[in-house]
Order: sequence, then C-alpha cells, then structure tokens
Amino acid sequence: MKRRLFPAPLTERVRALLFHRRVVLGIPFLWLLLFFLLPFALVLKISLTSAVMAIPPYEPVFRWVDNTLSVVVNVGNYLFLLSDSLYIAAYWGSVKTAFMATVVCLLIGYPMAYAMARAPRHWQLVLLLMVMLPSWTSFLIRVYAWMGILGNQGLLNTFLMWLGLIDAPLKMLNTNFAVVLGIVYAYLPFMVLPIYTNLVKLDERLLEAASDLGCRSITTFWAITLPLSKAGILAGSMLVFIPAVGEFVIPELLGGPDTLMIGKVLWEEFFNNRDWPVASALAIVMLALLLVPIVLFHRFQAREMEKHG
Amino acid sequence: MVRLKTPGFSKTMLVLGMLFLYLPMVVLIVYSFNASRLVSVWAGFSTKWYGALFANEQILSAVWMSLRIAFYSASMAVCLGTLCAFVITRFKKMRGRTLLSSMITAPLVMPEVITGLSLLLLFVQMAQTIGWPTDRGMATIWIAHTTFCSAYVAVVVSARLQEVDRSIEEAAMDLGCTPLKTFFVITLPVIAPALVSGWLLAFTLSLDDLVIASFVSGPGATTLPMVVFSSVRMGVSPEINALATLIILSVSLIAFIAWYLMRRAERKRQ
Repeated sequence: MKRRLFPAPLTERVRALLFHRRVVLGIPFLWLLLFFLLPFALVLKISLTSAVMAIPPYEPVFRWVDNTLSVVVNVGNYLFLLSDSLYIAAYWGSVKTAFMATVVCLLIGYPMAYAMARAPRHWQLVLLLMVMLPSWTSFLIRVYAWMGILGNQGLLNTFLMWLGLIDAPLKMLNTNFAVVLGIVYAYLPFMVLPIYTNLVKLDERLLEAASDLGCRSITTFWAITLPLSKAGILAGSMLVFIPAVGEFVIPELLGGPDTLMIGKVLWEEFFNNRDWPVASALAIVMLALLLVPIVLFHRFQAREMEKHG
Repeated sequence: MVRLKTPGFSKTMLVLGMLFLYLPMVVLIVYSFNASRLVSVWAGFSTKWYGALFANEQILSAVWMSLRIAFYSASMAVCLGTLCAFVITRFKKMRGRTLLSSMITAPLVMPEVITGLSLLLLFVQMAQTIGWPTDRGMATIWIAHTTFCSAYVAVVVSARLQEVDRSIEEAAMDLGCTPLKTFFVITLPVIAPALVSGWLLAFTLSLDDLVIASFVSGPGATTLPMVVFSSVRMGVSPEINALATLIILSVSLIAFIAWYLMRRAERKRQ
C-alpha cells in the first residue's frame, strides 16, 4: 500500500469516508437491523410482560428502583395460550387451511406453469404478464370480488337457481370453503411464477434424449421434468403456505364465525382486546411454527440471488 | 429435432386457470355499471357509482395519502434494495452477508400480522426511549413499507445484476474510473430497467398494503386500503366496485405499455 506524503484536504477525506464502500453498503444493513430484526426482539420482550391498563399497555421488563435492577419475566402468556383450546384450534385451523390451499394451488399452478414454459417464445411474455397482472391490482379488492360471487344473494347462487340445479341458496360465503378458495385465488400467481422460471430453464435435450430412448411422455414427465422442477415447487409452496398461515384479510372477509385462523385471532387480541402481551406471544409461537418453512425458503432464495447467470 | 408435444391437459388447465384469475375481476367491472345496489339484480347501465365515488371526500383523501406514501416508499426501497442486491451478488466475502441475505428474504414470506405488530412495538419503544415518533402516521407507514418493499426490489435487481457483464466495469476501472463513477456511468444504465420494474412493484405493494399500515398508522393517516376495508366489511358496495374497476383498468394499461416496450426492445435486439 502506498502512503500519501501529505494528508489529503479535509473535504476530500470527508467525501472519501462518505463514499467508502463499507459506509455505503452499511446503510441497508443498519436499516434492516433496526426495522426488521430489532422489532422481533421487542415482540419477544413484550410477550414476556403482563398487560396493564396504561399507555403503552404492558409492564416494563426491566425496572430500576432503589439502586436495584429487577427483571420481571412473565411466562403466563404462553401458559395461557396452552391452556385455552381456542388458540390451539386457531393454530391448527391456520396450518390446515394453508396446507389445503397450497396443495390446490400446486395442482392448478403446476400445469399452468408447464403450459406457459412450453408455449411459443412470443406468447410466454404475454402469459407471464397475464399471470402477474392480478397481483399488481389490489389484493383486498380481489378478495372482495368473491363476496359478491359467493353470497347467498350472490352471482353464483343466483345462477345455480336460475339453472334450476338448486332450490335454495347454498351457503358458500362465510365458510371454510370460501377461505380456501380465497387463498388459492389470491396466491395462485406466487405458485405459478417460481415453477415457470424453473421449468423454462429446463434443458430440452434431456427430454429429447428420453423420448429418443423410447420413453413415453408421461414417464418422461415423472422421471425427468418433475424431479428437476423440485426447487420451483418448493419455493412456490413456501410463498403460498407461509403468508397464508398468518392471513388476516381473507378469513375476515370470506370466513365465518367458526373460521379459526391465527392471524385473525392475533388481530382481535391486539385491536379489540388491546392485549399486547398475548398478541406478541401469539406472534412468537407463529414464528416458531413457521421457522422451518422460512429457512427452507431462504435457502432457495439465497441460491437464486447469488448464482451468476 | 424432435418436436415436443404439448399435452392437452396442461393447456386446458392454463386456459381454466386464466379464467379463474380473470372472471371475478370481470364481474366487478360489469357490476360497477349496474344501476342497482344488489348483485342479483341487473337494473340497467349506469355510471352513477362513479359519480358517487368522485364525490366521496374520504376516499379521495385516502387515495392521495396512499399515493404519496407509495411514492416515497418505492423511491427509498429502490435505493436500499439496490444496495442490498449489490452486497448479495458482488461482495461474497463481506462480514454479516449471511445475516443481510436472511433479513432480505424473510420479509418476502413473513406473515403481515407479525411484521405489523413488531414494527408497531418498535415505534412505541422508540417513542418512549428517544421521543420519536410522537404520533404515528405517514412517517411510520413510510418506514414500514420501505422495509418490506426493499426485499422485493433486491430480488428484482439482483436477478439483473447477475446478467451484467463485469468485464465492462473492470475495463472502466482499469482506465481510471473511480468505483463510484463506474457505478453511475456503466452499471446504472444497464440495471435501469430492473430499477424501474422494482420501483413499480414496490409502488403497487405499498399502495395495496392493509395489515401493516393498520398496525403502524395513527389517527391522522388513513390509507386507501383502510377505507376500502372498513367499507367492504359491511358487505358489497357499488362505489368500491367502481373504484376496483378504475384500479384494474389503470394497472392493465400500465402492463400493456410495459409489454409493448418490452416487445419492441426484444425485436430491436434480434
């Protein structure tokens, strides 16, 4: 390293410091540390306090009275979650609903992605935009559209009665069926996209080789295409499953009183009961449940972002 | 070469899947022109709900609030997300890189109720400790949206960065360009399309968010999704149908322009 004989002028040094690589690259790091990681530590902390009627509505964990630091940790919230069957049922309901929706998304999304990847080149861009377009409009409004379709006086019931298939309206809105349908509808693009990007990169020579060697197309699919698109299937499933477990809008608008989902319960604990510690404990348990899927998704996504094309 | 046959099943599913995605939106558009309030009755063509929509002060001010927040969030998210993408694709040896890449991929799937709750608790704690923010509103929503939108921008930009030819950058630096100048003169123009699409994606994500904004907002700031949500909770409302139609049509128009530009660029390249 060469040493300067004379120190650089001050302005130049300040500028060099400002544009120093570490400083520039440190900004997003600090931002995410402060606004993404630190908040989780706070959720954990507040889940260990007890609720009080105050602003903010929880007891402090650390107290400094008469030169003694007292740390009050309350695990009561977690015991409360375990003792009340409502919460366990809500967790189970969320996982079950999200799982069912993920499977349906996969069954619809995989053939769609397959057809898109096999379509002529100039069609692919159009189809890709068509799949993505709904997710650029409003999520809320797309869920709301189903309220008008599924309601007792809704489009579907009116249509079925007009056909004479049913005499009285079927109850479809405010049921678990409507919730699964809503999740499938809202999250389908997120299943199709990763599978499509995976399938479009598939080496066609492998498929040709298989067919030259006398493989039937269905066998080729099971033996080559499906195993090679495993990463896309995994990523798509995680993109649907993880957010669906914590979904609030869909169970609130399309679900009924018997729809128990954890996102909705957390919302009610927070906004209606103003019990911040219990809401925090619910969030921590939900995170713990989702840890494995999140790590799986992270490993896929990190590989995607790091490799050189 | 063997021409590979496309099985009929997947094509049929594609058509059905597209119908499934688009029919509910078509229904919304059609019913926004229905003179009757009821979905089951068609009482003739009318544009009166559009009139009612534009007379609704609450919705209009919420639209303006949402557009401003989305603009600021998208702009900040493009800056942060691009830097993140740089660290992840270029600086493989940097310390803390693994932590950064987990913090950038986790928001993509994190349930919104968790993100919203955790950020609210942070703002409450900050208000207690450093006295800011005194009241929650636009600034807190901006921070929350910037954080989760950065993750999406980072994904879009890093995909593009992988395709950038490093040798041009190296040539520029060999010829005496500073790294900063190289970035602005060589790298930036190459990744510009990704920055634009990242910005647009962040803009729509911010415009659309209900859950996170509800947690971190205060009484002063009501965004469009909050107004829509409190209205549709009560049931179907024709004014919201009119609003939905306008949103769907404007997004489709932008998507069409994007498609046209992309097709033209591809033809030029050939």
